[in-house]
Amino acid sequence: MSELVRPWQRKDLLGLEDLRVEEIRLILDTAETMKEILQRPIRKVPILRGKTVVNLFFEPSTRTSASFDLAAKRLSADTLNLSAKTSSVQKGETLLDTVKNLEAMKLDVLIIRSPSSGAPHFLAKRLAAGVINAGDGSHEHPTQGLLDLLTLRERFSNLAGIRVLIVGDVAHSRVARSGIWGLTKLGARVSVCGPPTLLPLEVERLGVQVYTDLDKALRETQVVYVLRLQMERQARNLIPSLREYAQLFGINRERLRRAKRDVIIMHPGPINRGVELDPDVADGPWSVILEQVTNGVAVRMAVLYLLCGGEAVSG
Amino acid sequence: MPSDEKAQVMDARTLDRVLSRIAHEILEHSKGCPDLALIGIRTRGAYLAERLAKKIRGVESLALPVGVLDITLYRDDLSSVAHQPVVKPTQLPFDVQGKIIVLVDDVLFTGRTVRAAIDAILDFGRPRAIQLAVLVDRGHRELPIRADYVGKVVPTTQGEEVRVRLSETDGMDQVSIEDLKSK
Repeated sequence: MSELVRPWQRKDLLGLEDLRVEEIRLILDTAETMKEILQRPIRKVPILRGKTVVNLFFEPSTRTSASFDLAAKRLSADTLNLSAKTSSVQKGETLLDTVKNLEAMKLDVLIIRSPSSGAPHFLAKRLAAGVINAGDGSHEHPTQGLLDLLTLRERFSNLAGIRVLIVGDVAHSRVARSGIWGLTKLGARVSVCGPPTLLPLEVERLGVQVYTDLDKALRETQVVYVLRLQMERQARNLIPSLREYAQLFGINRERLRRAKRDVIIMHPGPINRGVELDPDVADGPWSVILEQVTNGVAVRMAVLYLLCGGEAVSG
Repeated sequence: MPSDEKAQVMDARTLDRVLSRIAHEILEHSKGCPDLALIGIRTRGAYLAERLAKKIRGVESLALPVGVLDITLYRDDLSSVAHQPVVKPTQLPFDVQGKIIVLVDDVLFTGRTVRAAIDAILDFGRPRAIQLAVLVDRGHRELPIRADYVGKVVPTTQGEEVRVRLSETDGMDQVSIEDLKSK
């Protein structure tokens, strides 16, 4: 066994852009093992006993913060959940000071969600602890990308050549960005579709096909990834009305007829029902949305395990 | 190759006889108990458990359930191992509740692997008993653990390594003692 090379060398998980294909595969394989633990009568293993994991969220979140918290607890780590509202950031403390103080209390992994793109990268360079990006601005959300890949791998076993269409506000979506990196690395054929105001300039340079006509884009599609219309962000001024958006880009039963017969629907949550996704599609047989949520815990367990393993974190 | 072969402990034929003997001992000891189940510790213990099950089936046409255990997530040395183990799935296709479990591994050394395996099994339920079968007991225990069924006791020094090769993983059946060079 001693001749094996350490398969995971990183202290942090900041994005899928800089991960190698083998690293992505290692996370997904490890996550599959973690999924088995979630089926056991006692859904907990002792491997991260004595490690401390801090969730620091500067944006609202239910799914992601709960998922990280549970993932850490399933591995027996101690967890601390802090949100911007209750932290000293309210008193004007800088991000780095907040985090340095947490580090002084001996944390092993910091999970951070921030409205500023690059915040996790900034911290990763300055901390000995591992840093996981749980969403930074409109940049990346790597664990979401990974749980999406795991969900797809369970359906297709090999992602090479599958046709995935990402629909909606691609411009402001960190989910889309991580998704595009991960999917194209594993060989999927990715298209994006949305109103031109919500598609980033030169998005085709990421290796995706660009559509503005949803009906055309849906042809031959095996996976429709519906993005949330981010009404709390910029989206509000970039579309004429929710009604018009729903008519042109909302996914409903009628539209799905144009895709492959066994098409599946994914969504990162939370859903704006009746806007980007019709309720009967969200709850219908196409939907793997709740599988995505289950896989989220497994993927985050895998990432925590890999980041805490060996000497990467402890010195 | 990090080590030098010093002495052969078992050849293929001896290894097979040893497994036959252990199979018989398990049957004798359990008196044909219907609640018996085998659990092999990944990697080589899993193959040994399969082989024992096959032998037992041959002797008493008793089809014992066989499970595979990966103990990586129960280790006590995550931060100190030189390489990080890749976690593989645990597969226990039966309920451990009330069973008499025979845990199977290739080499019994410090006892820490067995400790981890016992903890893992207890997370699946409450077996009536857990017994231990090993191909080689090489001494140097660090925990109060002993085997119920032993293929061979092989006295070793800390600087030596007991190398078990099985046809399923290594293309041949053989047990040998080697010198650890790089440590």
